Amino acid sequence: MAKGDPGGTTRGRRAAPRSKKGAAGDPALVQLLTPEGERIDSATGPDGTEYRVDFTDEEYRGLYRDLVLVRKLDAEATALQRQGELGLWASLLGQEAAQVGSGRALRTQDMAFPTYREHGVLYCRGIDPIMPLGLFRGVDQGGWDPNEFKFNMYTIVIGAQTLHATGYAMGITIDGKTGTDDGEAAIAYFGDGATSQGDVNEAFVWASVFNAPLVFFCQNNQYAISEPLERQTRVPLYQRAAGFGFPGVRVDGNDVLATYAVTRTALDNARLGQGPSLIEAYTYRMGAHTTSDDPTRYRIASEVEAWQAKDPIARVKAFLEKQQIADAGFFAEVDEQARRESVHLRERVLEMPNPEPVTMFDNVYPNGSPLLDEQRAKFSRYMESFEGSAH
Amino acid sequence: MATETLTIGKALNTGLRRALENDPKVIIMGEDVGKLGGVFRITDGLQKDFGDQRVIDTPLAESGIIGTAVGLAIRGYRPVCEIQFDGFVYPAYDQIVSQVAKMHYRSGGKLSIPMVIRIPFGGGIGAVEHHSESPEAYFAHTAGLKVVTCANPQDAYVMIQQAIYSDDPIVFLEPKRRYWEKGQVDLDAPLSDAYPLHSARVVRPGTDVTVLAYGPMVRTCLEAATAAAEDGRELEVIDLRSLSPLDLTAAYESVKRTGRVVVVHEAPSNIGLGAELAARITEECFYSLESPVLRVTGFDTPYPASRVEEEYLPDLDRVLDAVDRTFGW
Repeated sequence: MAKGDPGGTTRGRRAAPRSKKGAAGDPALVQLLTPEGERIDSATGPDGTEYRVDFTDEEYRGLYRDLVLVRKLDAEATALQRQGELGLWASLLGQEAAQVGSGRALRTQDMAFPTYREHGVLYCRGIDPIMPLGLFRGVDQGGWDPNEFKFNMYTIVIGAQTLHATGYAMGITIDGKTGTDDGEAAIAYFGDGATSQGDVNEAFVWASVFNAPLVFFCQNNQYAISEPLERQTRVPLYQRAAGFGFPGVRVDGNDVLATYAVTRTALDNARLGQGPSLIEAYTYRMGAHTTSDDPTRYRIASEVEAWQAKDPIARVKAFLEKQQIADAGFFAEVDEQARRESVHLRERVLEMPNPEPVTMFDNVYPNGSPLLDEQRAKFSRYMESFEGSAH
Repeated sequence: MATETLTIGKALNTGLRRALENDPKVIIMGEDVGKLGGVFRITDGLQKDFGDQRVIDTPLAESGIIGTAVGLAIRGYRPVCEIQFDGFVYPAYDQIVSQVAKMHYRSGGKLSIPMVIRIPFGGGIGAVEHHSESPEAYFAHTAGLKVVTCANPQDAYVMIQQAIYSDDPIVFLEPKRRYWEKGQVDLDAPLSDAYPLHSARVVRPGTDVTVLAYGPMVRTCLEAATAAAEDGRELEVIDLRSLSPLDLTAAYESVKRTGRVVVVHEAPSNIGLGAELAARITEECFYSLESPVLRVTGFDTPYPASRVEEEYLPDLDRVLDAVDRTFGW
């Protein structure tokens, strides 16, 4: 692994000698599978923690299957947006390993608090991948049950969910569900841009002083819409943790094995009562922030190409082939499953009906409101006045 | 019947204590609410008796107080958050309006956030800036929130418990200048027999002018009614109690008898509660009105320096002047 390669703040910036120095001083990021598909037995984090994984062949194949499926479903959603079937889509292309690695590291009892891009984690939680498409199509606001799947609603306000995760984790402590191997933990997902938000910094303070069983999982995909990392920080993000009093580690976010290893360790530490930690999954958003922006305006082709060479799926495939864990028949079968599931997804999205207009009045208040009841009744009478007309 | 004379502050404290006793999921959190008992001592003694995991002294971060309470609520707790002063709620504004208010809606009813956000509000205590504001319209404008305020010790005791037991997120505004005012409180009154949380109440019947008020202005209006009675005018004073949703049943009935309305609040008049009240009464009672609905409010300035707050705040004379004007049409 090229030391200094993912240096965070080194790219094309002349006026930041201090951040360059800081980046050059970073310990190597945790990696267990090189872009060429070579396994690394173990890697050491900045605090001396040793990370390793020991998967069965079946588990390796399962991770590969997850990566291919979430990429294919994501591509289908992007296509649906381009065809006008979704109002917007936030693609995870390039971040599959960060999401599958961390998502598979969660235990059933752990609670996740996502942004709006965690389709891969959502998939790992066993939620029907059509669920977020309702939100982006505009027919609902995301329909899964956060308590059933232990995966909270998508949160679009940047960083707000990190505080929710912190409070939830405080509740785990109050419930006495830490300190044992079968304890609970929470994980908060956010991006590099979110680290500039007050809420994220408040969440760091709170999680630290209450020793909350929480993993902060930052997917540093290098851009907050068009703004590069240099507009968010002059310090490598994982180093922020030290200032708040808990460990931080930078992991190769395109390496599903390393991401799994560091997340599993951080969650285990949290559930055992050792408090929060910050993981910076160093990765790259290959597509646009959402289907609304044009990344060619703010980044250069050579940068994208350099990251293409670190593709999270290609390296797992190379590893499986080299180790003869999977054969051509397996890869073809996974591709076929991905194709089948994406076609199925497409069919179902096209069939998603618009909601009845009067349902906009539903679920504003658990206990209802006389004001709203009155408005709903008036609206219903108004709508009924159109019956029989071709509206 | 256990009736005691309590201040509004002590009545709130007693109501919070009762809620902590009755439901182990109730958690109080805020800055200085523990050992100090809050800067107004509303949570006095509660941490001592219920421990620091039920009454939590938080870091000094308002967005953090509300945001973590959201997570606790998702976990099944019923957080009661204290914002130390009205002017300090704004750093938490995003969490309140974008998260707390919308969580039930966004989740299609699968999540509830049974949270109470206690805010001492309003002026009249000679405080420095940011300590005397009336932010009720911001919250009343937000769908998904309910906004209530109490004006006497009995309501303080009952309403805080009703708010905590409600599954709706509730902004609970406490009239800080009235914290020290005393009244009779029936401590055994079953909450189910009490006035529903979202209902207005006629606190002084009258025949000539309907006066609508809430929180700290209820007492001012009652004093105005006493003075007006000496001049032979009977004011009907209604304590709105709930600002969102508004309960105007009693107000409509009253206006149809009196034909005259004066709305009184401390907050600035522009786009305030008074505007909403005037509009709704005009729609509903147009043919009963003898004069326009008049407002007596704070001015459209930031809350001024405390040496002039007596002039800023509606007082007995300004209310009586408005009453006089309703007879001028």
